[in-house]
Amino acid sequence: MKYVDEYRDKERVEKLVSTIKREATQNYHFMEVCGSHTHAIRRHGLPSLLPDNIALLSGPGCPVCVSDQSFIDEIVSLAGHKNTIIATFGDLLRVPGTEKSLQQCREEGADIRPVYSPMQALELAQKHPERNVIFPAIGFETTAPSSAMTIKKAKNENLTNFFVLSAHKLMPPAMHAVINEGVHLNGYICPGHVSAITGSGIYQDFPANYNVATVISGFEPTDILQSVLMLIRQVNAGDFKTEIQYIRVVQPEGNLKAKEIMYDVFEPTDDQWRGFGSLAESGLQPKAEYAAWNARSHFNISTPAKKHHSQCICGEVLQGKKPPEDCPLFANYCTPRNPAGACMVSAEGSCQAHYKFRDHGAKN
Amino acid sequence: MCLSIPAKIEEINGNKANVSFGGNLYQADISLLTDATPGEYVLLHAGFGIQKISEQHARETLELIDELNQAKKGK
Repeated sequence: MKYVDEYRDKERVEKLVSTIKREATQNYHFMEVCGSHTHAIRRHGLPSLLPDNIALLSGPGCPVCVSDQSFIDEIVSLAGHKNTIIATFGDLLRVPGTEKSLQQCREEGADIRPVYSPMQALELAQKHPERNVIFPAIGFETTAPSSAMTIKKAKNENLTNFFVLSAHKLMPPAMHAVINEGVHLNGYICPGHVSAITGSGIYQDFPANYNVATVISGFEPTDILQSVLMLIRQVNAGDFKTEIQYIRVVQPEGNLKAKEIMYDVFEPTDDQWRGFGSLAESGLQPKAEYAAWNARSHFNISTPAKKHHSQCICGEVLQGKKPPEDCPLFANYCTPRNPAGACMVSAEGSCQAHYKFRDHGAKN
Repeated sequence: MCLSIPAKIEEINGNKANVSFGGNLYQADISLLTDATPGEYVLLHAGFGIQKISEQHARETLELIDELNQAKKGK
């Protein structure tokens, strides 16, 4: 397949690995902050190809995982309202809430339908004008423009039964939070698809203020290995900057049209993150002029006091402080079939990636 | 969630496009893109095209990696 197979070429992978081995002359700690990177790194067994002095850490990059338990509780509350359809990305169905998951709500009779696009949720609202359709919107800058465009369409069509419950998040505040938590990093493997929208400017603080190398990476094995090599070269030269490896998709200025639409509809707000708590200006909420399509403005949402599974360490896994294997629940009480925490639910969660690809020769 | 796939635009009708990936056809919303044309590849995410893919830059990335081989062979 075009733009896939040629970036998985074995000979290119081997040459990149041998170059990395030659140039990796010190210890390096690199973190990826995109769930798709976490998945790709584990799936292709990249840690087993790299020398021991290069550690790849997973950070807070999986939207399902970083969404706070209180967000699940909000959706559960809305699912109990009369005449309501919850149209949700399927990933959210099995995330445990304080009292129950959306899957359990569904088994109890709530109308919860998986969708792969916010536009599908809007189409449900058009098809069922007598019912309220609520779309729980998760995702980083990659996904927020799509939700924004869908809200604009609902406004243009005067739809009064379509609502968005936004848990959209911004990437840089979480990357700052990791550093503020004291996690030692030499470089960030920056998220390619977030950057396709934002451009490269959002990472400038990290090289400038923390001497942390930054490379925006694609998602195939040669992309990630080339990015690791670029990070090593920045660290070795002490020349910290933001480089784009994923040049076939990411332009320095990003997707200007998508950014304009995103910030026409949404504005930054303080938001709750699993593992980090409240981070300032880290989420996106609809602006006042779009309040008619904001579920929080329209509905009375009651949520229970938060309880936390005593042994689950999802929070520390998301902070990059501990690998999933350090969790006492990992692979025994907590598996993809019976997840105790969000990082085991999502295909892009660190715990599921470590569990699913544990025989791919991966080191922690 | 941030999973995106490179899909080829086959046909455009207003803000919608038929796109193909791996032999399958999908419908995508292309209202976040500027000047998308049939034959181009786009990154598809959550039903939306979020960015066009540059053929020239795709080739350059591979050439850069291939030059590593030659640099090594030359040593």
